[in-house]
Amino acid sequence: MVAMTTAVEALVPRMREICGPDNVVTDPLDLRTYECDGLTSHRSVPALVVLPGTASEVASVVAACAAARVPFVARGSGTGLSGGALPREDGVLIVMSRMRSIVEIDPVSRRAIVEPGATNLSVSKAAAPFGLFYAPDPSSQVVCSVGGNVAENSGGAHCLKHGFTVHHVTGLQIVTPSGELTWLGDGSGVCSGYDLLGAFIGSEGTLGIVTKIVVKLMPLPEVVHLLLVAYDTTSHGGQAVSDIIGAGILPAAIEMMDALSIEAAEEAVHCNYPAGAGAVLLVELDGPAAEVGAEMSTVRSLCEAAGATEIRTADDPADRAGIWAGRKSAFAAVGRISPAYIVQDGVVPRTSLGAVLAQIASLSAESGIRVANVFHAGDGNLHPLVLYDDAVPGQAEAAEKVSGAILDACLEQGGSITGEHGVGVDKSRYMPRMFGADDLDTMQLVRCAFDPASLCNPGKIFPTPRLCGEVPGHRRAPHPAVAAGQAEIF
Amino acid sequence: MDTERAVVPAALMAALAAACPAVREGDPAADAVTGGLVPAFAASPASTGEASALLRTAAEYGLAVMPRGAGTGLGWGAAPSACDLVVDMTAMDQVIEHAAGDLVARVQAGVTMGNLASVLASAGQQLAIDAPADATVGGVVATGTAGPRRFRYGAPRDLLIGITVVRADGVVAHSGGKVVKNVAGYDLGKLFSGSQGTLGLITEVTFRLHPLPAAVAWVTGDFGPSALAGAASAVTSAAGSALVPSAVELLWTGPPAVLRVGVLLEGTPSGVAERARRMAELLTAAGGTPVVAISETPFRWWEQDAESGPPGTVVRVTYWVRQLADVLDALARAGASAGIRPAVGGPAGAGALYARLDPAAEDDTAARFVRALRDRLSGVFAGSADGSGLSRGSMAVLAAPTAVLAAAGADQPVPGLDLMRAVKDQFDPGHRMCPGRFPWGR
Repeated sequence: MVAMTTAVEALVPRMREICGPDNVVTDPLDLRTYECDGLTSHRSVPALVVLPGTASEVASVVAACAAARVPFVARGSGTGLSGGALPREDGVLIVMSRMRSIVEIDPVSRRAIVEPGATNLSVSKAAAPFGLFYAPDPSSQVVCSVGGNVAENSGGAHCLKHGFTVHHVTGLQIVTPSGELTWLGDGSGVCSGYDLLGAFIGSEGTLGIVTKIVVKLMPLPEVVHLLLVAYDTTSHGGQAVSDIIGAGILPAAIEMMDALSIEAAEEAVHCNYPAGAGAVLLVELDGPAAEVGAEMSTVRSLCEAAGATEIRTADDPADRAGIWAGRKSAFAAVGRISPAYIVQDGVVPRTSLGAVLAQIASLSAESGIRVANVFHAGDGNLHPLVLYDDAVPGQAEAAEKVSGAILDACLEQGGSITGEHGVGVDKSRYMPRMFGADDLDTMQLVRCAFDPASLCNPGKIFPTPRLCGEVPGHRRAPHPAVAAGQAEIF
Repeated sequence: MDTERAVVPAALMAALAAACPAVREGDPAADAVTGGLVPAFAASPASTGEASALLRTAAEYGLAVMPRGAGTGLGWGAAPSACDLVVDMTAMDQVIEHAAGDLVARVQAGVTMGNLASVLASAGQQLAIDAPADATVGGVVATGTAGPRRFRYGAPRDLLIGITVVRADGVVAHSGGKVVKNVAGYDLGKLFSGSQGTLGLITEVTFRLHPLPAAVAWVTGDFGPSALAGAASAVTSAAGSALVPSAVELLWTGPPAVLRVGVLLEGTPSGVAERARRMAELLTAAGGTPVVAISETPFRWWEQDAESGPPGTVVRVTYWVRQLADVLDALARAGASAGIRPAVGGPAGAGALYARLDPAAEDDTAARFVRALRDRLSGVFAGSADGSGLSRGSMAVLAAPTAVLAAAGADQPVPGLDLMRAVKDQFDPGHRMCPGRFPWGR
């Protein structure tokens, strides 16, 4: 335990004044409960935790931090998988869980205004009586917050057709890193001037803190059909995926699980997937009844032609939920078959899925580290689960090595190091494998515009911070802060 | 800066030619920009490398730079306050990669939308952006151009998955990649979409593609001049229906004044036929006794616009669709008080309408219209304010003669203006990229 720094200690009375004494956490044991998010391999106990209740309280908290030059990190539900909400030992953790109301539903405009702590699923629940829903649906949607979704530009199984958070957020009220409240976007969905809304979404909490969110709501589809298809191998399943996309059909979701992840899901939630299948494909089609029927029969015959060993359909909500339960529980389920595991998140062009799965299989065979594969097959987003036993010396390191090699394999195919979990602290070291120094430098110009003092969730995304006083491309003289001995370049 | 400007043009020309061989003196007929400014130089880089060397040289000499595609949108935006060098992107006209199986295409910025469309169509695919066929991809992205299908597919920012840009200082930067799902790093593509060339030069873009639909139908409803509420209600019910329209347009021109609602459906032949029949019922049920028809003929008012020469005064209004009738009323009243009838059209179901004045209109009249509309709309948006500071709509003058812009006064404040200026200062600290393009900009 690091003792609270003097700068943070001095902030405590002001924070109690802003948020109320009950909403400022200083007890070391209580602080420890916030030491990590969904990525438990990185831990850091925050110096102070505050739970503001309104947008203006958030603004006051941030302004106080900025004035004291104390770093701050925002946290939603803490379900992130890249350590994006990892606290700072020398900073304040701003927890948004008290700000969770659905402020307004406008069914005619198909918009909702929600607070950042509201859970993803609560938006769709509130919209359902109007025949509307909120499309982004990360697997953690029961608990994850919309504010966190904005920070990570979350996707979900259905983003293949319906898009990511950035396609469904039309306005954001934010607190800038200097503590000012401002709106980005007017909620209409058409932007004037620079698209700061688009740049902010997915910036992993490094450009400010969201205090209100305007989201698009979509009409609930007339019909939804789900197909569960079993194959002997993932490459047969992969063939079916290519054929479906090649036929010009855009399903709402196409998901695949391999034998090991099926086994895990079966043990955890008894989802009753076909016994002995080498791969299971879930294909969901949604839309107007007049279109989905025809698409369904095309998909069915393509799946059969690719060598399906069994096809089941689920049209009513309860049956669909039963089948989805297996897929959505997959991450947690591998805990049943392995004492420890790493959830990886890589992307390849869809046509490279087969090649990369083969590489993963050989990496696994060479290292003796088991890998269960769960993936959003339609958009080439892989979630290999790298299984290991942390009680066995050397296994954690071996698993980490396999996990990193999988990302290299994705990059070799022209893919990405993260499709939806974010870079956070976990993958900043991989950023130089995907982007050059000039790319990263240019991205950080955005950061410098929003947060020149580098106090807002510092240390995330970028492997090397940029000092914002530098004039781009003209590094003739040392940075003034360096010259003055106030900063060092690492 | 003064000493840099004093360099003799011959030396400057030689320096530019060393960076990019295809450089020439600016031509008043071919290169004049909005407001009549003629750049001293026009250069046409053949690669991102040449473009980088060119902008590096421009930075050394302190030149004001304007990127240009086909020039179809050059008359839009405020007149730039300076332009020494036009960077003509039409020599970079290659489709670098069309990965049909991945529904992705990587192209140079100078490819025209028409050429790209024909390459993609051969594989049954499309870039789902409605824009003039002779416009370049880079121009479409830089201006954020989106037509009717914005309703379903969004604007260029929603389909762009990777971008290569050259900064004002000549540094080349990439973001995104060639996979649709990717959250690694900041998304510079969003920032450059609609940035009007003010942050840097776009040299390459990668897009997500969509399959071409097997069948399309436009369902139109023509409403009489007094059926404004009926037309607005037809738009909101079409936009909110589960029939999944690809476009929900409104066109309001005259004389004789007719409000036409147009809904595009895309899909399979039998599916489209059935959905069109039900959409026609929906439009009829909106009230106002419209004349409803189903046709395959595109509802292409935006193409006529592109062909009609300099744009004159064009105002864009964005709003939450609940307030569409109020917005239409504000447009009508502003027109009446200024004594001019705007042609109004756009993706009304997606929350945007464009009001276009006859380019022959007097500057005074146009300025009166802009001022009257701003007053009317601020009343409309104030009515829906919730105390959070959110204005549920905004108005922007997209094009206007300089005299009209000056007489009409400033736009409504854009939310996040201070942050936009800070972004501009970071990317272009010398304010050399299209200075003055945004009325609020630098």
